[in-house]
Amino acid sequence: MIKNTKKSQKKNILSLEDVSISYGTFEAVKNVFLNFKAGDITSLIGPSGCGKSTVLRALNRMNDLIPNCSLKGTVLFDGTNIYDKRVDPVEVRRRIGMVFQQPNPFPKSIYENIAFGARINGFTGDMDELVESSLRKAAVWSECKDKLNDSGYSLSGGQQQRLCIARTIAIEPEIILMDEPCSALDPISTLKIEETMHELKKNYTIIIVTHNMQQALRVSDMTAFFNAVEYEDGDGGKVGYLAEFDSTKKIFNSPKEKTTQEYISGKFG
Amino acid sequence: MIMNSLYYQKKLSRNVGDKFFTSLSVFCALIAILPLIFVVTYILIKGGAQITPELFTLEPNPPGDDLDAGGINPALIGTLVITTIASIIAIPVGVGGGIYLAEYSNGGSFSKFIRFGVNVLAGVPSIIAGVFIYALIVSTKILFGSMYSGFAGGMALSILMLPTVIKTTDEGLKLVPNELRYASLGIGASMYTTILKITLPTAFRSIATGVVLGIARAAGETAPLIFTALFSYYYIVGFEDLFYEMGSLAVLIYNFALEPYDAQNKLAWAASFILVISILTVNIFSRIFAAFTETTKRV
Repeated sequence: MIKNTKKSQKKNILSLEDVSISYGTFEAVKNVFLNFKAGDITSLIGPSGCGKSTVLRALNRMNDLIPNCSLKGTVLFDGTNIYDKRVDPVEVRRRIGMVFQQPNPFPKSIYENIAFGARINGFTGDMDELVESSLRKAAVWSECKDKLNDSGYSLSGGQQQRLCIARTIAIEPEIILMDEPCSALDPISTLKIEETMHELKKNYTIIIVTHNMQQALRVSDMTAFFNAVEYEDGDGGKVGYLAEFDSTKKIFNSPKEKTTQEYISGKFG
Repeated sequence: MIMNSLYYQKKLSRNVGDKFFTSLSVFCALIAILPLIFVVTYILIKGGAQITPELFTLEPNPPGDDLDAGGINPALIGTLVITTIASIIAIPVGVGGGIYLAEYSNGGSFSKFIRFGVNVLAGVPSIIAGVFIYALIVSTKILFGSMYSGFAGGMALSILMLPTVIKTTDEGLKLVPNELRYASLGIGASMYTTILKITLPTAFRSIATGVVLGIARAAGETAPLIFTALFSYYYIVGFEDLFYEMGSLAVLIYNFALEPYDAQNKLAWAASFILVISILTVNIFSRIFAAFTETTKRV
């Protein structure tokens, strides 16, 4: 359904409407309005503590796992507010998969790492085929094909991260969230993951948090710049907000906001 | 300004003090290990001499005549049976409780209360567990009209095992990195699948070690068994024997060591030998097992 529409006119697959997220009484991000388009790679950039990872985790309700974390506003996915009381977060995460900062394969074989997610999602087809196609899509098949029964830990960091991407692809999500997927990797592995992302773009919507502005420039269609300002009451705490959201080209070439200009030119961050 | 030599000087007061405290702590460490060495050696020498093949097969003879004392077969089997019953009760409940504490509870007052309760239970004298089961099951004849029974003994021991199992499960699960849980939940696994398929298998090693140590502790308990399983001289032949008095190594040692007859005393030594050896074996085995699974997991 999404695949049909995305070629002609990209539709909003995920929308944040006036979202504010707090940890206990401490407000981390406030008043975010953001539309993610289907089939795009959108990157979230900004200085540390601006709440970009918090926003990303809010998109598939991973924040539920952090005690005291609460969200105000609505996150619309497929026409449904995923923070509605009737929504099952497990179902949300099946359709919006996530790749984390540290490669975190399961302590199982490479094959099982892929098969696990598919099996719990009720996959009944040819598992061997699914494992192969997922590993191929994540560009890690050639390294893995001869040792599918070895532990996932036997791979290098970059390969582990691509295994984690393959594991996410195997559940056929509509959106893949990536939380600084390359920050623990060397430049070569980073490059490979970026190539993988370009491949994946054909079938999936990707939202990526990155500290690396060059990466945002290389991979993404749209870029959201988050910034943090001190509270108005002046007790020193900072609250994040969405400073600017536009096509990556515009953000990097002719940003509207002064802070964006300063951030991308390395004046702070 | 006086320049001290860079070479080590024995007579400096700081070096003398350092030497003194080092030797003092080594001395204390040696004294601390001495009882273990003496107890084990003494039992090995005294008991090891009494080991014969018949010991494992015969029933003990009642004390009072100068005949041969017989064997400890019923007590040996009894200890195995009672510990098995205790494990069947304590392991599922304990692991389940540990899972609740580590995975589901959110650090609220209920989980604090349970953690506190588990710590208190761990400190409860074992005889209290025996008296409790005595009052609950033995004196009320609630179990099919039976009074002292192997089953009651197993229940008393399970109370003693429970805190160890809960604590090691709780701590073992807490050691599992959160990233692994997120990974599983992030691809749409439910909490229950995550725990069953990812978290528990990862923590299996530490949980298994804790369970084995809990079993080893329970197997050597005497006081709770005196109130619950009592003692029996007869072979355990069938399932219904679970509901009658049942012998155990610990109670056999207690009974026979106090007898005035030499033959029974020797039997008590032999039983001590076997008890100590089996508990040592189980402890060492659990450590080897832990080390073994650790090295294979990293491959």
